[in-house]
Amino acid sequence: MDLKELYRDVILDHNRHPRNFGTLDSAAPGGELRRAEGHNPLCGDRLTVSVLLDGDRVRDIRFEGSGCAISTASASLMTEAVKGRDRAAVRALFDRVHTLLTHHDATPDPALGKLAALSGVSEFPARVKCATLSWHTLNAALERGAATVSTE
Amino acid sequence: MAASVTPLAPARGYDAARVRRDFPILATSVNGHPLVYLDSAASSQRPLAVLRAVDDYERHSHANVHRGVHALSQAATSAYEGARERVRRFLNARATREIVFVRGTTEAINLVAQAYARPRLRPGDEILITALEHHANIVPWQMVCEQTGCSLKVAPIDRRGELICEELEKLLSPRTRLVAVAHVSNALGTVLPVKRIVEAAHARGAVVLIDGAQAVPHSRVDVTALGADFYAFSGHKVYGPTGIGVLYGREELLAAMPPWQGGGEMILTVSFEKSTYNDLPWKFEAGTPNISGAIGLGAALDYLEGLGIEAVAAHEAQLLALTTAELARIPGITLVGTAPHKAAVVSFTLAGVHAHDLGTILDAEGVAVRTGHHCAMPVMTFFGIPATARASFGCYNTEDDVARLIAAVGKAREVFG
Repeated sequence: MDLKELYRDVILDHNRHPRNFGTLDSAAPGGELRRAEGHNPLCGDRLTVSVLLDGDRVRDIRFEGSGCAISTASASLMTEAVKGRDRAAVRALFDRVHTLLTHHDATPDPALGKLAALSGVSEFPARVKCATLSWHTLNAALERGAATVSTE
Repeated sequence: MAASVTPLAPARGYDAARVRRDFPILATSVNGHPLVYLDSAASSQRPLAVLRAVDDYERHSHANVHRGVHALSQAATSAYEGARERVRRFLNARATREIVFVRGTTEAINLVAQAYARPRLRPGDEILITALEHHANIVPWQMVCEQTGCSLKVAPIDRRGELICEELEKLLSPRTRLVAVAHVSNALGTVLPVKRIVEAAHARGAVVLIDGAQAVPHSRVDVTALGADFYAFSGHKVYGPTGIGVLYGREELLAAMPPWQGGGEMILTVSFEKSTYNDLPWKFEAGTPNISGAIGLGAALDYLEGLGIEAVAAHEAQLLALTTAELARIPGITLVGTAPHKAAVVSFTLAGVHAHDLGTILDAEGVAVRTGHHCAMPVMTFFGIPATARASFGCYNTEDDVARLIAAVGKAREVFG
């Protein structure tokens, strides 16, 4: 177990300075605001994802809440990665992230970009739920509009 | 960092290095490091004496209890009932009729909730607990409130994590039917003034249940001297097996309670018209009990008494003082739970490092601590934090374990720069 594999500089940076942190208050004309809450009762992580949809496309996204470094950095990286993508592309990206997090020695898919920094999580099975919380929450916002999801 | 740990004089005559050799699991390596086990408040490890007692029973004496005239059934019955007598002596209860074997503290509290409180309490009646209870001493009472229409009152704690006893006494009223309190807080380590609480509650006619899960491994408990009406603890936190625990109940209370589960063992006669119930304590032990668990628990209590509970407690108090002092010197550490009277638990947070990350880093260094809300979410809410890391001690921990913990916390600070 190599801690440096888990806590890479990219992860520590996004934990300390999360991108797109906050909330989206009102929809721009033509946009549809969606919001969902995610909760991991085991460790108390809790976050809210707000998405502004332009038709099928994520025009803007924010997250807020409190969590461990893995869940915060994963949420931050996710917001950067999904902006501008349509729902199908977001879903495909989540699949890739999930494979990365759960498969030992998976070679990061080049399509993952910066998200590849999460590859160390696969060595720490207890932390997979931290990394997927934001993605499940985004999914809930995209699929059902508003909901609370739990990773337990 | 490790070198900064100043050794204290060892507790007189207590040889923790020798005690460690009784626990085979402590020789395990975790992530390339010798295991440092600081999670005994979640579950303690078992000494060879317990492993052997269970193994010996399984190999030579197993059969169902109270059911056969054959030799094995008699051997099993005698070992099982012998364990009950062992528990009775340990708690200084008056009679084995007052010792009910259950799965653990949680089941013991649920038994009292459903068989004592539920049939008696009415709308307007009150159950009084404290703000530092484990979920197991909150949720069963909330269920009784829903079932009966009675209400739950909560006595507050202060910023040190200490029960404000005067406030608890103010909340005691003629409506208070039951007071349920921890003896020692699992999340904070606070020792509660249970004798004072029992006296105050009895003065107002309320019955008292004490959740002793975190107290029994660290202090001598005398239920008769305490005057407790119910006292609950778990085997696996006192060096015994999982799945076995004890409910002590005053005989007159237990006798007046209906059974809470029906089945074999708890009956005297069964017909389709009516069944009659068994005597205490078997009335509350429906079905084949955890025989090997009870035997293991008996062996665990023998083991602990052999070490001397007072000697173990003195040793743990030294480790607690050492850990508290060493952690307090680390920048960014906040101790959560600083009551003057504590037992074997240090909860803390490290600024800029979430407890979950801290737990992972400590684990990578071979140091096992609990991280999270410790099944005491209201305690976390009170302190305005999502979680803490908690180091907890047992008879086998040493100053070297403390040094390794302190070094691993240093590592976490290094990783998070």
